[in-house]
Amino acid sequence: MSLTRKRRRLYIVLAALLVFGGATALVLTALDENLDHFRSPKDLIAEPPAPERGIRLGGLVEEGSVERSADGLTVNFRVTDLTESVSVTYVGILPDLFREGQGVITLGNMRADGTFAAREVLAKHDENYMPREVVDALKASGNWRHGEELSQ
Amino acid sequence: MHRFANPARFTRIADRVLPFAGFGAVAALGIGFYLALFVAPADYQQGETVRIMYVHVPSAWMALFIYVAMAVASAAALIWRHPLADVAAKASSPIGAGFAFLTLVTGSLWGRPMWGTWWEWDGRLTSMLILFFLYLGHMALMHAFEDQQRGYRAAAVLALVGVINVPIIKFSVDWWATLHQPASVLRLDGPTIHSSMLWPLLITALGFKLYFVTLVLLRMKSELIAARLRALDLARLKAS
Repeated sequence: MSLTRKRRRLYIVLAALLVFGGATALVLTALDENLDHFRSPKDLIAEPPAPERGIRLGGLVEEGSVERSADGLTVNFRVTDLTESVSVTYVGILPDLFREGQGVITLGNMRADGTFAAREVLAKHDENYMPREVVDALKASGNWRHGEELSQ
Repeated sequence: MHRFANPARFTRIADRVLPFAGFGAVAALGIGFYLALFVAPADYQQGETVRIMYVHVPSAWMALFIYVAMAVASAAALIWRHPLADVAAKASSPIGAGFAFLTLVTGSLWGRPMWGTWWEWDGRLTSMLILFFLYLGHMALMHAFEDQQRGYRAAAVLALVGVINVPIIKFSVDWWATLHQPASVLRLDGPTIHSSMLWPLLITALGFKLYFVTLVLLRMKSELIAARLRALDLARLKAS
């Protein structure tokens, strides 16, 4: 049985896509967590990075942990993944979305005492979009869940 | 599919479709943007800034959709030698590049007030930038050869190779920890966006889609006319 030329070209294209797709999948699997933009408190505690190495720590701002100091610029808060948490110090202006329970990504380095010195704080926002009245209604009926799912 | 390979027949069908696509695009964009800017509510977290979504999200969808369409056309051109498929791919890539660019710019303008940064090298943003470069590469390859057929062939191979990037963009927010949010609309457990914001978004997205259809048909028509002129020029040169 001989293949027509069209058939043969179809198989060549499919095989090439399969091989190239497979190769890409292998590369991405090998790189795995190196492609993560930030690390969680659990990761940092499990494998503490060298103090001089800049890293990104991401998680939720722990409820009730935000303390602003008298100079108005220094902020202390804890970043949590709901299992572990890390104390963070930051001097500077915070993004508007920054608040307790909000997802954040902080860039900085670990100090010897296990606290994190941030030189940049970014706010994450989640996939939920709602008008304010709906949120108020949900809160009134007790169906409001905030910060429940953790941005890994 | 080869029934539509005849340029004259294609032009007839395109002329039939164009008025509907054109008027549809104007109507859907008009209604969609009116709803998005004046009717849709502000977001409980993001406030009025959320309105950038009504341009950002449809542009991103179109940038991905056009790339997939271009890859399918390129496969049809390489395997079945469909004569209009190359023309369709050539007509599509600049439009796709435009949408990818719009996605990156509006995303940057949205990221600054919400995240606190214009740009971060996270999985979603980086893979989207690669898509933009793939479009630019496709356009460059198209015009890199004296012989248009060789340009078509090279660009089609690039379009097919680059299609691997499309699922990477879509799932980047699920596979890796990113600054960018996960999907709000195209997700298995249903949209996480309130219907008062979802409808304006879907209507604008329809407008973007019809705008693309209008533009790609016009570009294909003019490409066919240009090819015909080149052929006539060549014939006249040979005759003289």
